[in-house]
Amino acid sequence: MTTQTEVSTGAQPPEPEVEKQRTWRDYFTFNTDHKVIGIQYLVTSFIFYLIGGALAGVMRTELATPNPNFVQPEFYNRLFTMHGTIMIFLWIIPAGAGFANYLIPLMIGAKDMAFPRLNAVAFWIIPIGGLLLLGSFFVGAPQAGWTSYPPLSLLTGKAGEELWILSVLLLGTSSILGAINFVTTIWKMRVPSMGWNDMPLLCWSMLATSGLILIGTPVLAAAMILLSFDLIVGTTFFNPTGGGDPIVYQHMFWFYSHPAVYIMILPFFGIISEVLPVHARKPIFAYRAIAYSNLAISFLGLLVWAHHMFTSGTPGWLRMFFMATTMLIAVPTGIKVFSWCATLWGGKISLNSSMLFGMGFISAFLIGGLSGVMVASVPFDIHVHDTYFIVAHLHYVLFGGSVLGLFAGIYHWFPKMTGHMLNETWGRIHFALTFIGLNLTFLPMHELGLLGMNRRIALYDAEFQLLNLVCTAGSYLLAVSTIPFLVNAIWSWIRGRQASGNPWKALTLEWQTSSPPAIENFDEEPVLWSGPYDYGIDVLSADSEESVEELLSEVQADVR
Amino acid sequence: MQGTTTDEYQTNSPQEVEAAAEHEEHEDYRMFGVVLFLIAESFIFLGMFVAFVIYRSVVPVWPPEGTPELELLLPGINTIILVSSSFVMHRGQSAIKNNDTSGLRVWFAITAVMGAIFLAGQLYEYSNLEFGLTTNLFTSSFFVLTGFHGLHVTVGLLLIFFVLIRSQQPGHYSSESYFGVEASELYWHFVDVVWVILFGLVYLL
Repeated sequence: MTTQTEVSTGAQPPEPEVEKQRTWRDYFTFNTDHKVIGIQYLVTSFIFYLIGGALAGVMRTELATPNPNFVQPEFYNRLFTMHGTIMIFLWIIPAGAGFANYLIPLMIGAKDMAFPRLNAVAFWIIPIGGLLLLGSFFVGAPQAGWTSYPPLSLLTGKAGEELWILSVLLLGTSSILGAINFVTTIWKMRVPSMGWNDMPLLCWSMLATSGLILIGTPVLAAAMILLSFDLIVGTTFFNPTGGGDPIVYQHMFWFYSHPAVYIMILPFFGIISEVLPVHARKPIFAYRAIAYSNLAISFLGLLVWAHHMFTSGTPGWLRMFFMATTMLIAVPTGIKVFSWCATLWGGKISLNSSMLFGMGFISAFLIGGLSGVMVASVPFDIHVHDTYFIVAHLHYVLFGGSVLGLFAGIYHWFPKMTGHMLNETWGRIHFALTFIGLNLTFLPMHELGLLGMNRRIALYDAEFQLLNLVCTAGSYLLAVSTIPFLVNAIWSWIRGRQASGNPWKALTLEWQTSSPPAIENFDEEPVLWSGPYDYGIDVLSADSEESVEELLSEVQADVR
Repeated sequence: MQGTTTDEYQTNSPQEVEAAAEHEEHEDYRMFGVVLFLIAESFIFLGMFVAFVIYRSVVPVWPPEGTPELELLLPGINTIILVSSSFVMHRGQSAIKNNDTSGLRVWFAITAVMGAIFLAGQLYEYSNLEFGLTTNLFTSSFFVLTGFHGLHVTVGLLLIFFVLIRSQQPGHYSSESYFGVEASELYWHFVDVVWVILFGLVYLL
């Protein structure tokens, strides 16, 4: 059917071969195949990860010494603004969408997403938004941080700030269009025998993520529109000099941007829930608890935003409310972490790269989660607000959480996506470098924050230099850690060992087709013959690939 | 599979061929997507309305001193026109459900005229106001809220024109397939509801 669409849109000439193969050119066109779009998302966002990482490298180099001697303080402001914006809007959010695009139709046995063309539009907005954002370097990149609080954002250069706003609006639109597609696809297009509680957990987490996107992102758009008016026309919505109220901006911004941290972590919760049972050969512990805790996180996530504003003159009763909800949201998150540990407990764990990243994810995310509960407490937060403690917390959650989860997913699904296995040795080296680098970079920041070092400032007191040098060394290690991954990924994609359809002997539907999947995903409609995580329940069925296929053909014969 | 779909194409009317090509084999989920889109849209307006309510309750004198009173007659008439246009438009959908394309065209054309009158009334109101966009916080809110809504009315009008143009093709809309009619109508109702809230907040409160 995809061929049909392409013929009708004239994107590709019809080819006479029966088995149509993807060529590399397809990945540079407006292609409506969800698998192409998924890989477009992943590769594009990875490029932005390298750019954002390079910016961080420059920042850490500057911070190696207390005085601004590597870059000007003004340029440092531009660096951290762009670093934050790129990593959030152009790396983690689109990378999550990339996985979901690639996997969800396969996991639910569909041929494509519900709206393939809308899907392609959503993707192609991303490079445009990204180039617009990077283009702001030529007109003076924004300096107000990724939060862009007015009145600061109204005072630090119009052109760069407006480009930032436009870029965020575009990327938000892409995100909303993607969410519409995900919800419709998951809701309506599962194979008939797949009930809600037979869905792979990634589907649950994407449902929760998309809900947050649909509710939160438009409010950010409203804030961006009003901020634009303040910036360009001179209205005073957020400008106190004309009677406006910057706090209103903060509320609108965080109404999106706190849910955004769940938008950034929930897809990777889903990925971890897929990866762990496969490589531990055990059913996931407490399927329903993990599935429904996504929804709980999604709901509570909409009620915690003002914990970013404890020092913004928020009244006491409101602080108490947001402190309580913020602590409460640790409960569904804790349920997940507990269930993952219980899944590993007593499993036949194979310590391959994917599992290593999965375990790294749990441990690093736990640290970030715990410091999250700490900063949820108003008295403590007022003490560490705007210090490096917050920087440490958010990087443990976003890097230790999302990025490690993302790599776990890449090592897990690379064989499915490319048809080639990744090299295990290099994968483990990649993990070791990343994990050590991550802790070396961000662990000392907790201490720096408690000592009182301010975030977002290019110069600092000389007494902080030793710890900062450790952080800088760690960040260089992180930079080095991407090299084995890049080499491994490119080499394996071209020359890697051929992967079978189901190299991990996994049970979810995406493994029931060839690697890489045929253009229309499945040669015939797949049959759901076990739960998504029924590992080790029927010894015969999970023991060898042959018996899996035997059982499959038996079931199919029964169906007919 | 390809073969069977082609057979279906030959027996079906052209618009179904197009719909099938767009949406392959599965059912038409486009209305579901439109509803999700409108949920997202409603949160843009919600964000702006909440900001407006916060200003109203935080700023000591509201509207700030020196803001001229808003005239209620013209926007009141406008409100009545816009609200009734929703009912008129619904007649269009009822018509196409009975395969009455000319009925659809008549009712949608009337809706378009009513929408255009609303927009013209809005512009007339703008041109006769004694304040500008940047006079004070209230006037900025007034222009941004009504302007953003007016933009949505304009988009709704374009959707109606789109449906009118497409309905010229014989058999494009039928009692079986009228997604464009349904979607543009839902959008119009949405814009209508937003206006009622906006009118209450900005003019009446």
